[in-house]
Parts: sequence; structure tokens; C-alpha cells
Amino acid sequence: MNIYCFGISHHTANIEVRERFAIPDSALADSLTRLAKIRNVDEGVLLSTCNRTEFYIVSPDAQLTVEPLFHDFYGLLEITEFEHLFRLAAVPTVRHLFRVASGLESMVIGETEIFGQVKRAYEAAAKSGTTGRILNRLFQKAFQVGKHVRSSTGITRGRVSVGSVAVDLAEQIFGNLAGCKIMILGAGETSERTAKSFQSRGAKQLFVSNRSYERAAALAETMGGRAIRYDDWEKEFRDLDILVSSTAAPHAIVTRAKLEPILRTRRDRPLFIIDLAMPRDVEPAVHDLDGVFVYDLDSLQTIADRTLEARRKELDSCDGLIEKHVRDFQMWLNRAAEMTVLPVATERPRT
Amino acid sequence: MSSFDRFWVELALICYVLGFGYSVYSLAAKRFLTPRITFLAICAGFLCTTIFLFDRGHAIGRCPITNRFEVLVFMTWSMVLIYLVIGSTYRLSLMGAFTAPVASALLLLAVTLSPDGSATQKIRVNPWLEAHTSFSMVACGAFALACVAGVMYLVQEQQLKTRQPGSIFYRLPPITALSVANSRLLWLGFILFTVGLATGFLIGQRIDWVQAVWSIAVWCVYGGILIARVRHAMAAKWVATLSILAFSLLLSTFWGIRFISDRPSL
Repeated sequence: MNIYCFGISHHTANIEVRERFAIPDSALADSLTRLAKIRNVDEGVLLSTCNRTEFYIVSPDAQLTVEPLFHDFYGLLEITEFEHLFRLAAVPTVRHLFRVASGLESMVIGETEIFGQVKRAYEAAAKSGTTGRILNRLFQKAFQVGKHVRSSTGITRGRVSVGSVAVDLAEQIFGNLAGCKIMILGAGETSERTAKSFQSRGAKQLFVSNRSYERAAALAETMGGRAIRYDDWEKEFRDLDILVSSTAAPHAIVTRAKLEPILRTRRDRPLFIIDLAMPRDVEPAVHDLDGVFVYDLDSLQTIADRTLEARRKELDSCDGLIEKHVRDFQMWLNRAAEMTVLPVATERPRT
Repeated sequence: MSSFDRFWVELALICYVLGFGYSVYSLAAKRFLTPRITFLAICAGFLCTTIFLFDRGHAIGRCPITNRFEVLVFMTWSMVLIYLVIGSTYRLSLMGAFTAPVASALLLLAVTLSPDGSATQKIRVNPWLEAHTSFSMVACGAFALACVAGVMYLVQEQQLKTRQPGSIFYRLPPITALSVANSRLLWLGFILFTVGLATGFLIGQRIDWVQAVWSIAVWCVYGGILIARVRHAMAAKWVATLSILAFSLLLSTFWGIRFISDRPSL
């Protein structure tokens, strides 16, 4: 028996090419049935995400290639499209799946969403009856490896998007965000995204202010917050904990001179300002005030980049862990191959 | 002092150093910190000092604060006792990493610089003197922990201001929780110190004015910090800084005052 992985990913093709191979969730069950009917395919799992479409195949054919398989599956493909496909056989397939499940092959290294996607792909295949002893074992092992890598290394540590870095910082300043009063200044898409990030971490008291009151009211309604007229936003500063500013103002609207007298009337609670505007809404000197922390796009992006860099440094130790599991699986595969008859599809899949 | 009861203090010192060492190792290696190990080391150290204080108290028939050695051990014990209560209350898990080095330093001082820790024979007990010394020492423990919370606050503040949060940043408690803990510990210490100071005047012996003036000065310093805090006249950063300076002053002047005062024992 031979294990293969055929597919396309963000490493080999751009999104225009990848989307031609993508398999939507709604078509997955039919696709698995179609795959099972292809000659020389004993077992199969289809993994299709926005960054990859991969076929994990077990076949008696030791020379199985990608072209005939994809011809049979997708119909006629153009010659140029084959340039983007990859083929892995035997141990590299095992290693590849373990890396995919651990998030090492993802566009954002260490992201954890892929683990769930691999799990769902396997469950769909198991439900359609296209997995057997080898793929059951391989995928169970992949889940074990994914968990091991995530818990034993720093590959998932920290945040890699500007919005989540900002929310993390807010939590490190205030702890629970439920009691924090948050003002969103500017009702654009950036503000909405950031407000949603805060809400997802428990923030409840949201206030929205915008030059156009109607837009502020619309966003406030979506978020379950309260709209404030643009002329009044400074009055709310006294009790504010977090300010997210992303207006289109051509100059700084939060200045040290404006803030200093307000800070004297506040209790000594810190003030966290997230300036997502370009040009900046907040004068840099505001950051020098005691108890005020201003983070602009650059500083948030720098933290996100450093996290990604730290994750990249973890790659070697992740690969070290994965190699050990690859060897274990290889030994199991060798022992299974020594058996005269491999009882394919006799083991119930565990989910 | 018998070598046996000194053994408990040395064992406690080893526990605190191990707890501190583990925290430093975890942070340097950027591994996931398991506060439980530091916490267990601190608990073990606390148990050892408790055994020492119990044995010594039993031997001399009074609260074991009769010489510098005992005072330092008692102060360490008080600080760790408050940490064990405060730590779980405010979930300041990493506070252990900061408490362990202070406890280690105090016990190291006791073991190396205060060798005169011999257990004396039973002496007559003055309950006001007992109350005065024990309240004052537990107050020092609270001030020590306020100093620890202050250090943690300043570390967080510095990381936020430089906009370069390191691995320690995400493991420290939120800066507002540290500010609250710092403030409450200052209050706790101040109340205990006030009770200690008041009972000092009820001992019934001749008042050592050098010690009395020094104690009142310490009381005024901490009182001043708290008034500034209540009136919001001072940013949390400065309260944290002052709580560190005040405790440093308290520790550094302690022996000087003992040296020039005319009463040889507490």
C-alpha cells in the first residue's frame, strides 16, 4: 500500500489558480464519493481550505501520478494548471500532514483554525466511508501531533493581527474588558472590525462617535452600543478606558493640551488609546502622559511581526517533534506492510 | 541557636532560591511558565519557616522576635503569609516569581549577616511588647509585598511605554490589578503598623525615642503615600515607585536605628 498527497496550496499557486481546485463544503460528500470510484484509490480524504486543496490517497499503485487522478476527478485540466500541483509519496506525505495539522504549513504560521479544518475533512471522509485502516491511523496520529506541537512549543503564542494585538494589550492593562468603557471614534470598516474584536472578548460598553451621526448610530446599533454626537465625544473622556480612533481627520484630534486637563479630573485609571488612523489622530506626545498608553498602526504591526518572527524561530523545535512522530508512524506502517493481508477499512474511525 | 532549627531556615532559603531560579529559567527560556512549581517552592519555604518559628517560640516561650535573625525570619514569614492570601485572591500568579527573590534575600541576610540567632532561655512575657513587635513585623511583610507589587507594576508600565512587550509582559497580571493590589497592601501594612505603633506606647517600659521617632517617620511616609493615593494627587506609577523606595528605606535604616538606639532587643 502506498500513501500519497496530491494538491495545490498557497506555496505553489496564487488564489486565482487555487480557487479553480477548491471544493466547497456543500460538494464535499459528492466529491468523496467520486474520488472513491477512481481506479486504484483505496482510501481518500479531501482537505479543501482557502489556502489549500489536498487529496490524501492510499493506493496499491506504487507509481500513481497526479495528472490522471486529477483528470479523472476534475475533468480536463489545462497543461499550465499542472505546474501548480504537487505530489508527495510515502514518508513526505506523513510529514506534510503532520505539519499541516500543526499549522506549520499555514500562511500565518501557527494558526489553529487549520486543525479544525483537517478534523472536519477527516470526519467527512470517515462518514462517507472513504477512509480505511491507514488513513484512520494517519489522521488520528496527525491530531495527536498537532496537539503535541501546540502544547510543547511556542508556535501558537501571541497574536499576529493588528486587531487582536490591540485587544490583547487592552486585556493586559484592564484584565476583564466587560467593565471597560470603550469609545470608537470614526465609523469606518477598521473601527467596526476592532469593535467586534473587543466584543468577542467580553466588552459590553461601546460608544460610537462619527462626523456623520447617522453612520455612528448605524454602527452603534449593529454593535449594541450607544452613538454619541461628534461634538460631544470629548465630554465622555473622563470615564473612558479605551479609545479606538480611526477618523479621516487630516490632523491630530487628540492632543496633549486637550487631554491633560481631562486626565486631572479622571480617577487614576489608565487610558489606552488605539490610533488606527492614517494620518494619525493622536499626537505622539500624548503617550508621554502618566497612565496613558498610545499604540498606533506601526507599533501594533511591529508587535504582530515580532510574534510571527518568534513563531518562525519555533519551527526547528516543531520539526524536531514532528520527526519523532513521523518515525513512529513509519514503523507502524512497516509492521502493517509485513502482514500478508492488510485489513483495509476494518477499523472503525475514531472522531 | 541549635543547628537543628537553623536547618529549617536554611531549607526555607533553598526552597525560595529554587522557586526564584525556576521562574528566571522559565522566563529566560521563554517556556510556558508553570506558576504552580514556584508556588509549591514558596509553600515549602513557608512551611519550613513556620516550623522554625514554632520551635523557637516554644523554646523561648514568646513570639520569636528577640534578635535580628528571628526578626528577619519573622518578616519573611509574614510577607509570604500575605502573599499566600493575596496571591490567590487577586490571581497574581506571577507574584510568586517576584516574592521568592525578596524572601530569599531576607533569609540570606538572616543566615549570613545575623549569626547571633541563639535561642535564649524562657523570659518573662509582656503581652503589649508581643503585640507591638508582631503587628509591626506583619506590617513590614505587607509593605514588602506592596514593594513587590510596585516592582511588577513598573515592569508592566515600562513594557507598555516602550511599546515592546516581551515574554514577561503577557504573564504578568493586568496593570490595573497590580495597582489595586499595591494600594490594598499599603493599606493593610499601614493599618497593622498603626496598631503596632500604638501598642508600642503601652509596653510600660521607658520609651526609646530613637526607635519611636523612626517608627513615626515610617508611619508618616506610608501615610503620605496613601493620602496622595486617596486624593488622586499621584499617578499609580509614582505610588508604585514610592512603595519601593519606602520599603527600601525601611529596610536600610532598620539596622542603623537598632545600632544607635539604646534598647538592645525588640
